[in-house]
Amino acid sequence: MAADGRATSRPVSPHITVYRWQINSVLSILHRATGIALAVGTLLLVYWLVSAAAGPDAYRSAQGFIGSFVGQLLLIGWAWSLFFHLCNGIRHLVWDAGYGFELSTMTRSSMIVVAAASGLTVIAFIIGWIVW
Amino acid sequence: MSIRTPLAIARNHGAAKDGVHHWWMQRLTALALVPLSLWFVISIISMAGASYERFTGWVSSPLVAALLIALLVATFYHAAIGLQVIYEDYISNHLRRRIIDVVTKFILTLLALVSIIAVVGLAVGV
Repeated sequence: MAADGRATSRPVSPHITVYRWQINSVLSILHRATGIALAVGTLLLVYWLVSAAAGPDAYRSAQGFIGSFVGQLLLIGWAWSLFFHLCNGIRHLVWDAGYGFELSTMTRSSMIVVAAASGLTVIAFIIGWIVW
Repeated sequence: MSIRTPLAIARNHGAAKDGVHHWWMQRLTALALVPLSLWFVISIISMAGASYERFTGWVSSPLVAALLIALLVATFYHAAIGLQVIYEDYISNHLRRRIIDVVTKFILTLLALVSIIAVVGLAVGV
């Protein structure tokens, strides 16, 4: 606001539309997106625990839902979100400790996070389907 | 005596002295969730398709019940402060931001309580 009450138009920082997409910004957005997905995904966890507490019938119907096509699809999304948020979260903790800020290191750790999250999801489901 | 009026007196607020509390709790819960979520994922994979008896037997172990409750507390706390940060970044209207944040916290607290009571119930066999 200027002294005479008129709005001052100061230069503003360029926003995401003007930047070239790069792996680090994509992962930063994905960290938030998976965080939101996991917060919503807690509903699945609560549903499972409450069903088990309600008794054998409710437990079996919850298991039936989780074992269904839609349930498995939700679970795959949940698992990848969890593994991604976990791996990228560890990367954030390493940054908080003051390490890994070199651009080449950051690009490499980005690749590792995506590969680890995807690999862990595949492994988890292969073992899960064998156990099941 | 200083002739300057401290901002703290002018605004009736001193420094809160815990400005990093929110940031720190986000890291603390993150750190706790690394082993807890790995343990949880490994556990539920081994529980895939488990019978009701096997599942309730697993939860009734005090260590398992304690770890589950620790996981739930850390998860919902981490989610609440994580979502708050996202709201602060993307919702510019103060009132709307505050309302959404409070509603989120009420819902997450309720979900945490319900799931913790479910675990306690399973653990003591109610």
